[in-house]
Amino acid sequence: MASKLFRSLAPRLPMLGSKTTFASQSSVASATEEARVCTLIPGDGIGPEISDSVMKIFDAAGAPISWEERNVTAMKGPGGKWMIPIEAQDSVNKNKVGLKGPLGTPIAAGHPSMNLMLRKTFDLYANVRPCVSLEGYKTPYDGVNLVTIRENTEGEYSGIEHAIVDGVVQSIKLITESASRKVAEFAFDYARKNGRETVTVVHKANIMRMTDGLFLRCCRETAEKNRDIKFNEMYLDTVCLNIVQDPSQFDVLVMPNLYGDILSDLCAGLIGGLGVTPSGNIGANGTALFESVHGTAPDIAGKDLANPTALLLSAIMMLRHLGKMNYAGRIEQACFDAIKEKKSRTKDLGGDATCSQFTNEVCRRVKDL
Amino acid sequence: MAASGKSLVRILSRAVQRQTPCMTCGPQRFYHLGKPSLAEAKVDSDKMRVTMIPGDGIGPELMFSVKEVFTAADVPVKFEEFWVSEVQDRCTAEHMNEVVDSVNRNKVAIKGILATPSWFDMGELQSVNMQIRKKLDLFANVVRVKSLPGVKTRHGDLDFVVIREQTEGEYSALEHESVPGVVESLKIITRTKSERIAKFAFDYATKHGRNKVTAVHKANIMKLADGMFLDSCRGIAKLYPKIQFESMIVDNTCMQLASNPSQFDVMVMPNLYGNIIDNLAAGLVGGAGVVPGESYSPDCVVFESFRFKRTHNVFYNLLIYGLQGARHPFAQAVGRNIANPTAMLLCAANMLAHLNLTTHANLVKGSLMKVLRDKKIRTTDLKGYATTTEFTNAVISNLGRS
Repeated sequence: MASKLFRSLAPRLPMLGSKTTFASQSSVASATEEARVCTLIPGDGIGPEISDSVMKIFDAAGAPISWEERNVTAMKGPGGKWMIPIEAQDSVNKNKVGLKGPLGTPIAAGHPSMNLMLRKTFDLYANVRPCVSLEGYKTPYDGVNLVTIRENTEGEYSGIEHAIVDGVVQSIKLITESASRKVAEFAFDYARKNGRETVTVVHKANIMRMTDGLFLRCCRETAEKNRDIKFNEMYLDTVCLNIVQDPSQFDVLVMPNLYGDILSDLCAGLIGGLGVTPSGNIGANGTALFESVHGTAPDIAGKDLANPTALLLSAIMMLRHLGKMNYAGRIEQACFDAIKEKKSRTKDLGGDATCSQFTNEVCRRVKDL
Repeated sequence: MAASGKSLVRILSRAVQRQTPCMTCGPQRFYHLGKPSLAEAKVDSDKMRVTMIPGDGIGPELMFSVKEVFTAADVPVKFEEFWVSEVQDRCTAEHMNEVVDSVNRNKVAIKGILATPSWFDMGELQSVNMQIRKKLDLFANVVRVKSLPGVKTRHGDLDFVVIREQTEGEYSALEHESVPGVVESLKIITRTKSERIAKFAFDYATKHGRNKVTAVHKANIMKLADGMFLDSCRGIAKLYPKIQFESMIVDNTCMQLASNPSQFDVMVMPNLYGNIIDNLAAGLVGGAGVVPGESYSPDCVVFESFRFKRTHNVFYNLLIYGLQGARHPFAQAVGRNIANPTAMLLCAANMLAHLNLTTHANLVKGSLMKVLRDKKIRTTDLKGYATTTEFTNAVISNLGRS
């Protein structure tokens, strides 16, 4: 199942249309490689700026990707159910791969989180976040190189809650065997595909003996079938304690929803925050949606101050997912080199470059590589 | 909470009355599994009684260290020891009641961590730790996260307090399998307990002269459960206008702790988040071996270190599942005399302060700090070579020299 995700899908002809931009129109590479169509959801706030920046950089690198831009705003479908626009749904279903900027969730009664809705629509069951120390950007932690894989559809975020009597609320954490097994299998597959050695399951089965016990059992059984990858199990609290002492000891971590939410953000904190952390969501039938996980930052939107790194790194993850390792490597190198140079960093990383200055710097470097 | 305050006063006043250190009669060790005999009681009548639960793993070694230091410092405290363990089958219901009775009688206890295996065959979903907490109603766990002299960390000087509700939430032990392959676990949040812990946090902040309380939650997802916790905290915050209140989502909190931990002062949160943040915070200041904790009920206080839980987890996983690759520094520490007694000694010192034995508390703490500051005697977890005994002896020989 997960292996399907990585299988290169037959290249499709680029969609022609007003909203389609060719990233590789002028490049030499496009002559030999057909462009792969990917859905692009620019998002809200700083989303359009950073999406623009990513498109420019891909263009400069000559990456064989053509974008199909789709807007996503929540709308009421038939029967008053909230849904995302059919256009966007079709596009993602057709292309199987998408890149998404930050989406704001308007604070209104009954409006569900857009991210949650995307997750449900495309059955994105696993969230993958690689956290790698950025060379040249100093944080208190060195040598971070780990991946968190989070079960995305159930657990504490099942959304089943009710007040039994006034003042007593019951919230249900739901763990199913099928979802646990799916994410465990994905974790081992990911480890193998990406040349990683160890998979660690993070759990709290000493307290939640049945729910986390089930998750743990599924992981153990999957580990039995994947003996080429080392398997390790650890309590959530132990992981938290060890990760801030020596993060380099971890490799691939797999865990239920809430723990994944907490640990993936914690790991982002180790390497400099959400502004530099990429993320990918893997779904059923080979669908994959890559996204930056930071907020929409409405205060700096349109001011050319945003940091496009997270979205760019997510786009690089997407290239790797599509098997275009060569381009991924080049763009990544250019991005890291640009960050290493202090003067081209954006404000959030302690520099004073604007978004476009940073973008141009990466473009220049990627052309030279 | 009000009740707790009153009882605190009661304990303290009693402690003052009792505070006449016995200099003539030598310190006595007291191994106990029942009611003390009359003769013993007479000799030790001017000593304060404290329940001691050494726990599993390196617990007994560390408790021995505490007893040695107390003996040397002439501390007028007598321990009632109880050996409880989940992994060695020493926790019959009767025995548990005895422990609970003792703590209720003494109002103060010191405890190592009891190992909690993740397997269970007795059909009991509650671990012994949880049973003790429930029976004594130890609702608030306080972990003081403070950088120690001589312990090198990544984040300079830290000083904040993590307060955790520990009787409800995710640790309800209400779980069932609806159909094969589908398991539910209930997280229970009640307004009464949320308000109680919020009030405790603000009272703690007031008493210890702290300025800010941060409520940690995930109310954006668990709108009802964590929403009620957050609302309770907001409500209580209004009663304490002098103390600043803010709220933070748990994943963001973890990220902030990793990147900028000095912004925190007092933090209050439900059970599971507390477990996560306790450990994370301990990692920031040098590991669980150097961070003391305490649990409060309306009537009693249990001083405990939470460090060696993982020792046993790993040990038992190895034993039962024969897994490869599970290695931990503390896994090998049991019985090898290399564990760091700092956290336990800090617990003990905090306990003395609570018993109003301020002089003794300062004596023990001062000596401990001096040993840490000198950096000559360090245990293996702090990259030294000293044994537990050597460290303990160093603390003893520095008593009164700081």
